Amino acid sequence: MRDNGILRIVARFLIPLIMLFGLYIQFHGEYSPGGGFQAGVVFAAGWILFVLIYGLDAALKVIPERAMFILMLLGVLLYCAVGVANVILGGHFLDFYTLLPSPHAAQQFGIITVEFGIGVTVATVVMLIFTMFARRKSEWDEAPYEAEEDD
Amino acid sequence: MFLVVVAVAIVRARDLFAAAMLFAIYSLLSAALFVVLDAGDVALTEAAVGAGISTILMLAVLALARRYEHPDHGHNRGHKGVALAVVIVTGAVLVYATLDMPEFGSPDNPAQVHVGPYYTEQSYPDMGVPNMVAAVLASYRSIDTLGEGFVILTAGLAVFALLSIKPTRRRRKHPGEDNDDEEQRP
Repeated sequence: MRDNGILRIVARFLIPLIMLFGLYIQFHGEYSPGGGFQAGVVFAAGWILFVLIYGLDAALKVIPERAMFILMLLGVLLYCAVGVANVILGGHFLDFYTLLPSPHAAQQFGIITVEFGIGVTVATVVMLIFTMFARRKSEWDEAPYEAEEDD
Repeated sequence: MFLVVVAVAIVRARDLFAAAMLFAIYSLLSAALFVVLDAGDVALTEAAVGAGISTILMLAVLALARRYEHPDHGHNRGHKGVALAVVIVTGAVLVYATLDMPEFGSPDNPAQVHVGPYYTEQSYPDMGVPNMVAAVLASYRSIDTLGEGFVILTAGLAVFALLSIKPTRRRRKHPGEDNDDEEQRP
């Protein structure tokens, strides 16, 4: 698949568009259909297309596995942090109203931040799962044989 | 209607590769159905997750497993009868239960009289967010969404825990006799 010129060119053209569309449905989620879950999945789909065309090693150089771990934890932590920040500022958990003076702005800020946390987590978890499966194949091909048992 | 045809085709397919692609078609058709029902958010999710990512993951698993399902040797005919009876009874109960459901789209069914009207009327004045789904998900029901986030995180960690062990494979004891060792594949 990697040597096919048409695939390479089309993918090179499509990957940025897919990722841009992912970001669009991430940050435009309050005005049109979309949100963190969909955005994360679409973004990860762009990355998986990159893996299919350029190989797993090249893709892991862009986003190393360790970064995926840290980002997937940071996404959920960002969500929790917004909730806890609210409690510290004197509101209820995940209530958002105390974050900014204007209630509308506070709600929108809260929704965007929370959706961003979800998006980051979903994208990195999907990438991580795909990485695990893709690498399993190569590990399997080089796996050592178990010691033979006589029965 | 198409959904039923595709579902039957999935069950009939012995080629797992074809079944994975049929699942993708099934998801795409459901997404189209959601668009017809004017549920853009759900349609987007179904198209991205159902037709996109889960198909890719199934193909990634198929690279590890064998492509064809076990042929049926007919030694579990009895189980088939029991299974068929269970499925028919469950289906009949479910169809019977739908008779108790309120009329589709009727204005006084529970979905339209409980918290629904409040969300519909107040979400824009409350937070100035035109997309009601985003408002409900991320603000009114934000703790539920936090839970979903943790579910995703747990799924990622579970897959990592299962697949980060290095594989070992059994040596084929009688080469060429059967493919039993293939089943040791993780």
